[in-house]
Amino acid sequence: MNAFRDAGHLFRLAGVFAAGVLLFLVLRSFLVPKSFGEYGHYRGNALAEIAARPVNFAGHETCETCHADVLEKKRDGKHAHVNCEACHGPLAKHADDPSSVTPAKLDAAVLCVRCHEANAAKPKSFPQVVSADHSNGLPCDTCHQPHSPAIAAEPAK
Amino acid sequence: MNLTRRHLLLLLPAAGVAWKYILAGTPEVAPNYKLTDHWWGMLIDLTKCIGCGNCVRACQAENDVPDGYFRTWVERYHVTDYDIENPQVDSPDGGRKGFPPAKDPSGKNFFVPKLCNHCADSPCTQVCPVGATFIGPDGVVLVDKTYCLGCRYCVQACPYGCRFISPKTETAEKCTLCYHRITKGLTTACCETCPTGARQLADLKNPKDPIHEFLKTHSVQVLKPYMATHAKVFYNNLDGSVR
Repeated sequence: MNAFRDAGHLFRLAGVFAAGVLLFLVLRSFLVPKSFGEYGHYRGNALAEIAARPVNFAGHETCETCHADVLEKKRDGKHAHVNCEACHGPLAKHADDPSSVTPAKLDAAVLCVRCHEANAAKPKSFPQVVSADHSNGLPCDTCHQPHSPAIAAEPAK
Repeated sequence: MNLTRRHLLLLLPAAGVAWKYILAGTPEVAPNYKLTDHWWGMLIDLTKCIGCGNCVRACQAENDVPDGYFRTWVERYHVTDYDIENPQVDSPDGGRKGFPPAKDPSGKNFFVPKLCNHCADSPCTQVCPVGATFIGPDGVVLVDKTYCLGCRYCVQACPYGCRFISPKTETAEKCTLCYHRITKGLTTACCETCPTGARQLADLKNPKDPIHEFLKTHSVQVLKPYMATHAKVFYNNLDGSVR
């Protein structure tokens, strides 16, 4: 065993290394979140944290549970596939507490032109008007009902 | 069996590993939501987009996006004489307040809504040095803002310009595909409020999703396919001039 005669300093060095590795492992187990690496190189719990955010738009199925009359009105009209909150805005708070949170009254003059003001970039098949020429300044809902906008007694073209 | 002190010592590491798993728990994303059952994407039908800006406003309302920053926005393209190398693009305030009349109604004019493409091989997750941005098992690219350093590597790496540093938190922010909504069975805020159905959330792992039929029967393209990012936002009728 002559080869190991002066190896004492190597063992001491190995001891220091081992202590360092142990310290690293202990510190890491405290500092790295438990869910890190659960699905990949990231904190697995982040998914649940991002998913926990509250919603602002209730979704049209929620609206329709109470407002079946509006759904009926919309059904055969051109706006059948336009969801409620596309015009009425985010109303999850109203859906949670319908009695105390009431939606604001909408302004047809602002809302209709958002979609129907003529623009060369819009698809040609989409109904568009130049609002200044179309109604002589009358608000849209004088003639059109927003939930079913076709005018019943429209004269033949 | 005779359980000696030596046997007990040998069992310790295994018990330690088991205890670690017990401590970690199983984080519940949402009840009835199984991460591996979904692979999310989106379908954007450009023949239906009217540039109303509903998606941009809805996104800001739903996700509290800071003013002047966008997780989704709408661009208007103007191409004259079929010069697809030099389109003129404008997007006033991200299309949030709609678009003024086109300066030149001749030529080709159309709208292109944009958002994070939730790439299956996303450059942004590859460059993150701390594991703050990642693609979940359900195919949504997300940012863990408690881990993000704000180093801006991902903002530079995204070929689609879909990321920004939030002035509030100084961390990277982007479209989450309304992760808090889709895990509850709702659609995204932009799809919910799109009046023409130009945007549709798609679950590519759901065989009943109408996207499969649509992809089979339409001329569908992704943005910058040559970047090989495997983007999951599919555009119908995408013009060659779109960057």
